Formats: sequence, structure tokens, C-alpha cells
Amino acid sequence: MDEVKLFGFWPSPFSRRVIWALKLKGVNYEYIEEDIPYNKSDLLLQYNPVHKKIPVLVHGGKPIAESLVILEYIDEVWPHNPLLPKDAYERSVARFWAKFIDEKTRTLWEFFQKSGEEQEKAIKNNFEILRTIEEYGLGDKKFFGGDRIGVADLVFGMVIHMLVPLEEVVGVKFIKADTFPRLHAWMKNFSEQPTIKDNVPDHSKVVDFLKTIDFWIGP
Amino acid sequence: MLKSEDVKVLGSWSSPFVMRARIALNIKSVNYEYLEERLWEGKSELLLKSNPVHKKIPVLIHGDKPICESLVIVQYIDEVWSSGPSILPSDSHERATARFWAAYLDEKWFPTMKTIGLAQGEDARKAVIPQLEEGLVLLEEAFGKCSKGKPFFGGDQIGFQDIAFGCFLGWLRVTEKMNGAKLLSEDKTPALLEWAHRFCSDAAVKDVMPETDKLAEFSKMIMAKMRAAATPKS
Repeated sequence: MDEVKLFGFWPSPFSRRVIWALKLKGVNYEYIEEDIPYNKSDLLLQYNPVHKKIPVLVHGGKPIAESLVILEYIDEVWPHNPLLPKDAYERSVARFWAKFIDEKTRTLWEFFQKSGEEQEKAIKNNFEILRTIEEYGLGDKKFFGGDRIGVADLVFGMVIHMLVPLEEVVGVKFIKADTFPRLHAWMKNFSEQPTIKDNVPDHSKVVDFLKTIDFWIGP
Repeated sequence: MLKSEDVKVLGSWSSPFVMRARIALNIKSVNYEYLEERLWEGKSELLLKSNPVHKKIPVLIHGDKPICESLVIVQYIDEVWSSGPSILPSDSHERATARFWAAYLDEKWFPTMKTIGLAQGEDARKAVIPQLEEGLVLLEEAFGKCSKGKPFFGGDQIGFQDIAFGCFLGWLRVTEKMNGAKLLSEDKTPALLEWAHRFCSDAAVKDVMPETDKLAEFSKMIMAKMRAAATPKS
């Protein structure tokens, strides 16, 4: 049985989505908490020399970096409880949304880092991004993956453990039942899924973390 | 089996991303209709309808289904026309490596190259060159590991990584030409230099790789427009 290790950082959405994937598939792994950003381990730097970032999955001694690449790898190596549909067209749609949400959720942070007029612009931008995701991505489905959680859900999952604390610190709320009814329902469905529920960082711990960080933990 | 008229590619001759889709279809010997978007004349109804989220090319339309994002398209092509030569490696770790480098190119390397277009002044442009060279040295190393002595990243045939990287060769040559630089060189990237020739000569590539001179002319026009847009009007 080849060993599985995951190098991660507890508040990071990028390692969180990999944890969820491994847990959903019941894969046993060793988790290594990295001290980001000032004290990265030698092993991490050795396993991801190009980007020097978490997450890195190491399977049988071979490293895989980049969270979306890792998710595809996990889905291929442990195919039960699939994260991607079987149909090629539906897979392309799932990949499209995983990529779109991954790109756009990185800018969802900006309202936290900015102030004044720039913050207002960032907030407005977030509403637009979420509108696109709700209308075109989720539509009438329960999850982005349809009836079951898929890759795009794992990527959008950052809203439950990162966006919500960011909102609390700044004092603004994006996904409400009246502003984004479908995304609001999605948040409830996603966070109630037992595996997800049991593997979310503590909300107040994240809030405290956000109040004290002096570095940018986004990409 | 769908007829050839059922596969369309919406694209632009100068786009490396469009090239990826076309190379993949060529590898699989799929007949398709190519529709050139005249982007400076406004985007077509078909493009806006097929890619409402990004409104960008390439779009692959298979039957009535639109597929967007070049790497998503290439993977789709590989999966649907599975009887043709494989584009992605069969080994999961090798697939992950191929995807890793494709992401690196799209998220780091090519965006860096694009900054040359907006860089004001020769010094600013020249400052970008070493960054691009560093990236190419990484890719040279990756080539050594992935090709294992064979002609392409994908082995004997062009594969995912070849397509993901090779599509940028036109623009790479334009950048070299317009900045008097050598990005791929004998001393730093000898293997890639040879790979580039092989890639561009490949049957699946040569008819869709734009001529460097034509791209250079196009590039000058684009850069002039970008600079005009970026310059504050007094």
C-alpha cells in the first residue's frame, strides 16, 4: 500500500479542498501542517521547488502540486465516490466551473485587503462573480456536481470556511437567502454533508487568524 | 458517429489557445469546421451564445454542445475520440505532471510574456526576459524527465504537455525577434530548441502554427492599441 501524505495549511482553501477529496474517498493519509509563510519545511521546498507552496500530495514518494491537479489525480487513483462525472461533456462542464470558481474565488479576498473606494469596487465585483456562479454554474442543481458533490463544489467550498469569516471581519454579507437564494441553499446542503461538516476549520479560529495575519495567504 | 460538420472550432489565427484545440483534433484526425472570429469587428452571435461566461475563443462546438477553455477542450477531445492516439499520458502521476506544467504555463509563464507588450520602454521589456528564461530552464529540466530520451514530452508522439507549451512558440519567436533576445538557446535550453523544431514540423501542428512575421506585424498593431489604451489622456 503506497503511503499518502498531504502538506497543508489549516486555513488554506487550497489544502482544504484536497482534505475533503481524500476524506470523501476514505483515503488514509498523513497530514503535515506547514508553518506558512515564514517557516516552510525543507521537505515542502523539495517536493514543490517550482512554487514552494501547499498543498502538495505525496503518493508513494511522488509529489503532486497544484490543488486542481491534485483533485484530478485523487479522482483517478481512487475512483470510487467520483468527483467528476463519467460523461465527457459533463466532465468538461465540471472542469470549466472548477477552474472558473478557482480563479474567481481568489479575487473574492480582495475586499478584505482593501479599504475605501477600492473596497467598494471589490465588493461590487464579488456580487458580480457570485451572480455568474449562481446563474450559469449552479443553476437549479443541488450541487455543482448535480446530485452529488463534485470538484467544483470542493472548490467553491471556500465560501463556507473562508468567505464567511472574511465577511465577519469586514462586516459585509454576500450570500443571503434574498441576494443569492440558490447559493444560499447550496451552502446549507454542502456544509451539512457529514464529511464536509466534520472537516471544516473552526470559525472563530479562522476569524482570529484573519485579524492577526500580516501576510497574504491567497495564491 | 457524428458527421464532420458536427465539429466546429471558433477561433482566431493568432491565438495559441485556439491552436491547442486544433492540434488535438488533428492528432485524432477529426474533420472540423473552423470559424475565424474577427475579434476586432466584434464577437459573433455564436461565440457570445456558446461562451456566455467568458465570451472568449477557443470554443469547440460538438453537435450542439459548446466546450470552453483550451485545456478543458483538449481533454474533452482526448476522451471523446479515444480510439485515436492518446493525448494525455496513461500513468496518473505523469498526467498530473503534464497538467502541472500546463497550469504553470497558463498562470505564470505566458502572463509574464504578455507583460512585455505593455512594458513601457526597452529597459522594462528587457527586465522580463530573464524571468521568461528562468521558466524555460525549468521546462528544459521537465522535458528531460518527461520525454525520457524520446522526441516529445509525450514520448514518441505529441502529447498534452507538448500541446500546452508548443502553442506558445509563435509568440515566443515574436518576442525574441522584437526584443533582440534568445529565449530558447543552445547553451541554456538545447533540448527544447530541438523539440521546438520537431513540434512545429509535426503534421498536426504545421498548418495551424502562424508564421512568425505575420504574428510580429499583428503584435505591433496590438501593442500600439494596448499602449494607447493604457496611456492616460492629458
